[in-house]
Amino acid sequence: MTDILVAENLEKTFGSLVAARDINVRVPAGQTVGVIGANGAGKTTFINMITGHLRPTRGRILFEGTDITGQPSRAITRLGIARSFQVAQIFPSLTAFENLCVACAVAHAPQGLFGPLLTPVQSPAVIAEAQAAIELFQIARYRDVPASVIPQGVRKLLDIAMAIAGSPRLLLLDEPTSGISIEEKFDLMTVVMSALKTRNITVLFVEHDMEIVERFSDRVLAFYDGTVIADGTPANTLADARVQELISGTKLKHKAAAHA
Amino acid sequence: MAAVAGALAPDWIVSLATIAFANALAVLGLVVMWRAGLISFGQALYYCVGAYAVALTGRWAGITDAFILVLLGGVASWLIAAIVGFLLARYREIFFAMLSLALSMILYGGLVKTESLGSTDGFSISTPTFAGYAPHSAAMLQLSLYWLTLLVCFLAALGVGAYFRSVAGSLAAPIRDNEIRVEFLGASVTRLIHVKVMIAGLLAGIGGALAALAIGHVDPNMAYWTTSGGFVFVTVLAGSSSVAAAFIGSLLFESLRSAAFDLMPGLWQITLGSVLLVTIMFLPEGLGSILVRLRRRSSAKPS
Repeated sequence: MTDILVAENLEKTFGSLVAARDINVRVPAGQTVGVIGANGAGKTTFINMITGHLRPTRGRILFEGTDITGQPSRAITRLGIARSFQVAQIFPSLTAFENLCVACAVAHAPQGLFGPLLTPVQSPAVIAEAQAAIELFQIARYRDVPASVIPQGVRKLLDIAMAIAGSPRLLLLDEPTSGISIEEKFDLMTVVMSALKTRNITVLFVEHDMEIVERFSDRVLAFYDGTVIADGTPANTLADARVQELISGTKLKHKAAAHA
Repeated sequence: MAAVAGALAPDWIVSLATIAFANALAVLGLVVMWRAGLISFGQALYYCVGAYAVALTGRWAGITDAFILVLLGGVASWLIAAIVGFLLARYREIFFAMLSLALSMILYGGLVKTESLGSTDGFSISTPTFAGYAPHSAAMLQLSLYWLTLLVCFLAALGVGAYFRSVAGSLAAPIRDNEIRVEFLGASVTRLIHVKVMIAGLLAGIGGALAALAIGHVDPNMAYWTTSGGFVFVTVLAGSSSVAAAFIGSLLFESLRSAAFDLMPGLWQITLGSVLLVTIMFLPEGLGSILVRLRRRSSAKPS
């Protein structure tokens, strides 16, 4: 299997604060990688660097063999890397279906100055693709509801459905289950993962719930203090002594703090 | 229908409608930007550039053909918009609005200080011809200009309608809602806004060119902020949901202004202000929302 994503010696500093350092990761195509770590461990910084939201201070990122280090996010999107956000990034004044139509239309419009000007947004191909996506993610009952009033879980699904409108090969999910009740988390991840499986997308997802990480990933990366401290199968990584001490343990404290 | 009405209506109505529809083009440009959450208090910049381009071409090159003059007015203002667009596309909200205002006031200041262009008085424009046809009476000239304005407005309405249905045009509400998501879909927000600035500048410039021909005179007031304010007024009155509303709104505004001016010369501003107040309170989405509702009702009826 070829590596779809290679990160070499990635480092990101904000002044004297080191947000990420010495990150070396190779992701083979087709893998589903869970990313764990306490708040501030560098998970989101890692994703932000890959998607061009942040420019690495040092190191380089290769996508399908091409160096994409420091490219603007929309260029990286065009190359085939999509992402979702901790807080769903959707268009509240449009309906769920319109959100998807816009995403599909942008993905298909020819590039350049005149492409988007001369392509009509509502083509039969766009409508068909948006309809397929809304069914794939099982949110068809919210099709014509304004996105400002749909429930949180549906927003998350819509966000991911929009992210994969351009048929990306690599998808980065930043905490897909954040803000979702514990009872709904598993169902949501099941819908997302089965939808992604039909599209053959390599997935990296950040997650705090260890049960979900164990259930849905082929491989787990554990972040601590800006770098990767464990990398392997879910069973191996979660059994790692440092991971248990620094991450799964921390998580319990977080839970306790959240309930207090 | 409007073309036939023009032939039958008295002169002063034809003249009022010509100015109203010419100004409506500037309003249509504001609608294009407003859909993306941007408002400009400086559309008079392009309006004035279009008008002066017509006046100066006539004066220096001796060209009197109205079609060529209007085209040149549009090209000149489009060029200005293309240049300042690089700057404007980086700003949003009040900064976008005030920067537009500042640019238009720079032009105003420059024209006021330019003695050779008549300073505050401006200067007159030679009588236009229409593809070789030279109207023999003032009434025919007025009617010819009215028809030219209608034709240009019709083409502009078609063009803007097509733009709203395009991918670039349909990203207006998304830009207003969430720029980050637009970028992560793979589109450049800056470039999309730059295009909107150019479309709005082109439309305002053509409007200014037509208005200059209709009035037969240009002066720096065409770049003054009250001119921009008038366009914004009509945009609020018309709303952003319909292309036709820009034309109806502009006609209504000009009629209202001249009626108010005739009936109560000292109080016309109060009348206009009250109309705006009532619009914002009871019809916050403008006249266009009524048109959209009517259209929905007629399409919902079983045929």
